Amino acid sequence: MSQSLAPALAIRETRSESRFVTAARRLLHHRAGMCGLTVILVIVICAAFAPWLAPYDPAEIDYDAMIAPPSWLHPLGTDEIGRDILSRVIFGARVSLQIVFVAIVLSLLVGGAIGLASGYVGGRTDNVLMRLMDGLLAFPLLVLALGVIAVLGPDLINAIIALAVVNVPGFARLVRGQVLSVRERDFVQAARATGAGHLRIMVVHVWPSVAGNVIVYASLRASAVLITESSLAFLGLGATPPTPTWGQMLATAMEYWSAWWMSIFPGLAIFFAALAFNFFGDGLRDALDVRIGE
Amino acid sequence: MIRHVARRVVYLLPIAVMTSFLVFSMLLLLPGDPTFALLGETATLQERAALRTKLGFDQAIPVQYARWVGHMATGDFGRSLRTQEPVADMLAARVPVTLELTVLAVLLAVVIGVPGGIIASLKRNGWADLFVSFFAMGGMALPYFWAGILLIRLFALKLDWLPPSGFVPLAQDPVANLKLMILPSVTVGISLVALVMRQTRTSMLEVLSQDYIRTARAKGVSRTRLLVRHALQNALIPVVTVIGLQMGTLVSGAVVTETIFSLPGLGRMVVEGIFTRDLAPVQAAILVIVIGVILVNLLTDLSYAALDRRIKL
Repeated sequence: MSQSLAPALAIRETRSESRFVTAARRLLHHRAGMCGLTVILVIVICAAFAPWLAPYDPAEIDYDAMIAPPSWLHPLGTDEIGRDILSRVIFGARVSLQIVFVAIVLSLLVGGAIGLASGYVGGRTDNVLMRLMDGLLAFPLLVLALGVIAVLGPDLINAIIALAVVNVPGFARLVRGQVLSVRERDFVQAARATGAGHLRIMVVHVWPSVAGNVIVYASLRASAVLITESSLAFLGLGATPPTPTWGQMLATAMEYWSAWWMSIFPGLAIFFAALAFNFFGDGLRDALDVRIGE
Repeated sequence: MIRHVARRVVYLLPIAVMTSFLVFSMLLLLPGDPTFALLGETATLQERAALRTKLGFDQAIPVQYARWVGHMATGDFGRSLRTQEPVADMLAARVPVTLELTVLAVLLAVVIGVPGGIIASLKRNGWADLFVSFFAMGGMALPYFWAGILLIRLFALKLDWLPPSGFVPLAQDPVANLKLMILPSVTVGISLVALVMRQTRTSMLEVLSQDYIRTARAKGVSRTRLLVRHALQNALIPVVTVIGLQMGTLVSGAVVTETIFSLPGLGRMVVEGIFTRDLAPVQAAILVIVIGVILVNLLTDLSYAALDRRIKL
């Protein structure tokens, strides 16, 4: 028995690896996708090494250099209390990336669990859960986020929860659809025949075949989450002031119109980050040959 | 036709019920005693008890929900905690602002996006086509608030063509109102313009390659008539879909844009309510927004019938 199984396992191993390699090769040849990936890597490096890369402490106040235009000392200028904008943009990457990442992982976990349960169990559970998801999907993204914040109160944690809630229905619907198409396939039936429990089937057998699409969807959502996050920060509902966020820097810039550098650079950061996530998501979708999203 | 309308309404009804239930449940999910959120800290115990009976917090949730819907349907949205103003009055003042903003944005998308897409599709890979592709890519990643700031910088501060912010009701002074609304509606509409342009280009290219276009051309139909009557009419169907689907994004954009340009719209009402912990106006504004978006979806569905002769009703 074990003898006859070994080659089969080996074949499976090589096949799944070669699929990964194919996807990686396709991604490498996807020009826009690689552009996006490069920019994302730059942002990730900025975020990870912010204390070493930033020329100043992002909270360091310098009353001698308030609202100073870009110069050798301050390449992107300073803000209304003399804080270095370049340093704040670099540290802002850290804040934004963390929020976006945590929010997406949270919504993936919750939405994925709802989708798995809904698609696998079916029947009444499915009906109730999906009507709930339809209801959530009918809300405009930012309006739903504002609703969640109105209930929980305005602070950073609640902003992250709001960003996660907003994206749960999308993941749930995607995963449910995938599960429905996988549920009756032979390998799931085989697992069931060998006596695997429901939870094991869901997690070990169904989830892996769904994961590719979920990853693509997550990367496609990233730019929308980033823009919603900075919108919340812009409205004053994100991280509290000493923490630098791109959105909140732009809100401050609206009180100092003469200082163009205050409104240009944080905006550019959001714009390029959102663009990069879009490009990378598209690239990943093409590379994994998944047909979801727009 | 009536059957088609009825079918769409029946389809959207559960969604409307679910969304309104979610808005209602904001009160239930509120941590602590909801009467604090509605009456504030200073209310007496009697007032709290009276409100609790009035809202029926002692009753089952479905009963509470039904009562709440009843109040909303009869225009009783409660009062603002801060100003004691009836929320219905606030809505009456604010709905027109957001409505005007979104209508102007859609108008802009149709007036600029559709011709732009057609021009791009006529000369594939020409300079217009490339421009449309770049514009579409950028327009989708452009955060509304940054677009608004850049527009104010350029057109209000540098060129001094338009006022930077403020609001005058349309009925009071239409010219001043439109002047003030130009920059906000461009801010909200810019990404929709980009999307509509791209969609028009794609579907025009698709339609133009079809057999019936070749047949029409062979019959000697004039170029203008061919484009408008034969191609555009069919190419516009997906464009309408895109506009309908983007309604939510558009409203999200309006929420932020109202803050940038200090417009007293629904979005501003929600944000102000969050800061003052004034739940009644927030709930009412969110409800109106969601129902509005659902109604637009219904209208989008119905407009296919007008555009597409193949959809027999």
